[in-house]
Amino acid sequence: MIRKFLYFVILLAFSFFIYAVISAYFPFGENTLTGVAKYYVDNGVKDLGGINIITSIVTVYRGFDTLGEVTVLFLSVTALAFTLLGFKVERRTLPNPTLIMETGGRYLAPLIMLLGAYIFLHGHLTPGGGFPGGVIIATAFLLLFVTQKVYKLRKIHLTVTEALAGSLYVIVGLVGLYYVRSFLGNFLQTGKPGYIVSAGIIPIIYLLIGFKVGSELTAVLKNLKEGGDEH
Amino acid sequence: MSEAVIILSIVLAILVVVATFVLWLTKDLLVAVLASAVISLVSSIFFLILQVPDVAITEASIGAALTTGFFLFAMKYIGRNEDD
Repeated sequence: MIRKFLYFVILLAFSFFIYAVISAYFPFGENTLTGVAKYYVDNGVKDLGGINIITSIVTVYRGFDTLGEVTVLFLSVTALAFTLLGFKVERRTLPNPTLIMETGGRYLAPLIMLLGAYIFLHGHLTPGGGFPGGVIIATAFLLLFVTQKVYKLRKIHLTVTEALAGSLYVIVGLVGLYYVRSFLGNFLQTGKPGYIVSAGIIPIIYLLIGFKVGSELTAVLKNLKEGGDEH
Repeated sequence: MSEAVIILSIVLAILVVVATFVLWLTKDLLVAVLASAVISLVSSIFFLILQVPDVAITEASIGAALTTGFFLFAMKYIGRNEDD
């Protein structure tokens, strides 16, 4: 008990320290944009035609970071698959789904996938983007895995989708490198801000990232459920 | 911010603190996973109040939904109780 109390005190001191540092550097509610952040807010819509400036920053201005992020995700998924492959533990089975769970899951999952697709297709107009959209699609598969008594996914389909989307993403980046002299540079016309077909390569990139993240995380869920070995 | 939003924020903040204590003190891993899901869900509402809808969507989908699923499947391997 005394140890937990000590942890609590340390946690409290640490959070107070973080609060003090952050509130000293960024006063709450004040407009303190400087440097490159101010440039993004001022010129983001004019440069790229995306209403959602966060999307423009993530995919084009800081596109190289996004490539690193995608790589990290890919590496962790591969590492998890290989780790699970070696273990042969006796698995506890999930409880049997009831009729309500099975029917509800079957009708809800396509709607959740539709929401995910909407979020990554409208990444340049509304909040969201490729990563959250892909995660929402993976959540739909999680629902199917948990609620359906028999639900089989071929692993090869997930792998092919992921590999195709990932390599197309890098190819789009290289085309940008060729035409605009920057990796993932915008080589298309920006169009009229606010329309679905606008913002140059941002919708294309987010379409690819959405498919890649969705299939990758679905593969993680499949590995965790089935123990990594090929069925 | 209007008064209703401030009252809502205070109620949600108390909920986060309670959920954190539950997560910390419980011995049942299922309860701990659900408590962490509650923390993520409530903090996504906080992000919405602070006007960062991008982060709110990500927190709600990853923190509240997907991570809970990962932990639930991981519990198939390690069992439900901390002492197992």
